[in-house]
Amino acid sequence: MKHKYIVQVSKLTKKFGSFTAVDKISFNVSKGEIFGFLGANGAGKTTAIKMLIGLSKPTSGDAIVAGFDVVKEPEKVKYKIGYMSQKFSLYDDLKVFENIRMYAGIYGIPKKEINSKIDNLIQELGMEAMRNNLVGDLPLGWKQKLAFAVAMVHNPTVVFLDEPTSGVDPITRRQFWEMIYKASEKGTTIFITTHYLDEAEYCTRASIMVDGVIKALDTPKNLKENFGVKSMKEVFVKLARG
Amino acid sequence: MLFVMPFVQLILLGYAADFEVKNLNLHVIDNDQSQYSRGLISKFSASPYFNIVNYSFRDQDGMKDMKKGNADLILEIPSKFEKKLVNREASPIHLSIDAVNGVKAGLANAYSNMIIRDYNFELLEKSTGKVFLPPIGITTLDWFNPGMNYSTFMVPGILVLLVTMVGMFLSAMIVVREKEIGTIEQLNVTPIKKHQFIIGKLMPFLLIALLELTIGLIVAKLVFHIEFQGSILLVYAFSLVYLTAVLGIGLLISTISETQQQAMFISWFFFVIFILMSGLFTPIESMPAWAQKITWFNPIKYFIEFMRMVLLKGSPFKDVAHQFFIMAIYGLVINTLAVWNYRKVSE
Repeated sequence: MKHKYIVQVSKLTKKFGSFTAVDKISFNVSKGEIFGFLGANGAGKTTAIKMLIGLSKPTSGDAIVAGFDVVKEPEKVKYKIGYMSQKFSLYDDLKVFENIRMYAGIYGIPKKEINSKIDNLIQELGMEAMRNNLVGDLPLGWKQKLAFAVAMVHNPTVVFLDEPTSGVDPITRRQFWEMIYKASEKGTTIFITTHYLDEAEYCTRASIMVDGVIKALDTPKNLKENFGVKSMKEVFVKLARG
Repeated sequence: MLFVMPFVQLILLGYAADFEVKNLNLHVIDNDQSQYSRGLISKFSASPYFNIVNYSFRDQDGMKDMKKGNADLILEIPSKFEKKLVNREASPIHLSIDAVNGVKAGLANAYSNMIIRDYNFELLEKSTGKVFLPPIGITTLDWFNPGMNYSTFMVPGILVLLVTMVGMFLSAMIVVREKEIGTIEQLNVTPIKKHQFIIGKLMPFLLIALLELTIGLIVAKLVFHIEFQGSILLVYAFSLVYLTAVLGIGLLISTISETQQQAMFISWFFFVIFILMSGLFTPIESMPAWAQKITWFNPIKYFIEFMRMVLLKGSPFKDVAHQFFIMAIYGLVINTLAVWNYRKVSE
């Protein structure tokens, strides 16, 4: 790979009219990292992610994701990334295995492999009993786990998770993070936004965004030391209050 | 539901949407009370188009009846009607028609004129012993629909509307629905190609619409006993081209709408214009020239023309090649616009 980093962002900017949602952010994410992308509501996290995954065109600046330029080659980027949106977005009126099969098909996984892929995924998720249930009937925790598995169905280089654990009970959150660690161990880069600042402690590195600008970026340990506080929550509060 | 509703509509409208005017209510004022006047009245009462609802001797009574809506027309025969006729003088009679409903009034006028004219000739023959024939005899022969059967005329048209409705409305909902529930975002981050997405979305509706057409044709045959003159294969071939265009319209609407309500509203806007300017209810030839130009962009118009030509007249392909060609271009343009307008990346 010609690029050293999996995600390489330089002066990325997005303006909506006169409002600057994301203001010249720059950072790099290495392979296998769990990169926490934190910020208050409206800080510009989702807008930034949307530019990185090719859903939204940057006003200026560059971003290289998984070796491809998001502006020039967005469709090539899309083969290499997984995405789980804030809003649950699998098909409620399809069954569990049908959702997996559909996305596996879209990503071009050969037909012969799809069935075994479905079996493996369902087994890993422990969803054997729900295989033929409609996704709409699943409890939220299961839905989120399934959405993560679907985002990973094509073994992406990097997966973007936009508040994957919001509204989920603590036990499911824990299981969810176990899945994230497992994926990271296998070499998948994780790019995650969250509101739960205890989760920020699990990240390899975390950035904190305030009003479209990245105010701090380091390992959780260094961040806490630099701000002289005991938890990420306190770091966040200090920064967000300005 | 998807299949029961059009079935019900087809049967209901096929029987009810009938423009023939029967049972016109006639108020008679006979001031002559003669053999001749009674003769004329009996001609009216014998006609299936008229019901004599009332007799009186004063204009006001007739008008009262008409104002109440009890009478559609008033026939007033003046006194000395018979006497003048016997003396070979012109003998006017007075006919008042309620013209609130213009179509009905026009037909009432035509029917009454016919009856009066026939009676006129009959009297002349009787008094002179000669046979009078109108200077030019017009004998109408109703080709392609020998019984002048309204359902034969209407059912193929209604079928077109139903197929269009399924195609346009369902396809208008699709992309918008995905926008609303958020699944579109998940699809947009996949490397799926625009045309794959669109074909995948349209294919099911194409099949549903063709199935609906099939049900409709069976109903037309078994319930309305319409004899199909032309090739059914040709009907399906055209439907395929037509539906591609109509589904494209729905899709285009759904790419420009943000919510399902918006998509529904825009679809209705076009659908109503398409129906009323399709030539199904009012002949396009009688529209003003500028309105006729608008109908060039109406896909329903072409399908109705096609259906009437092929199903009722048995026209071969070369006679409907024009409609085929226009719909193919239409479909190509609309779908190109829809694909172009559907964006995976927002600005």
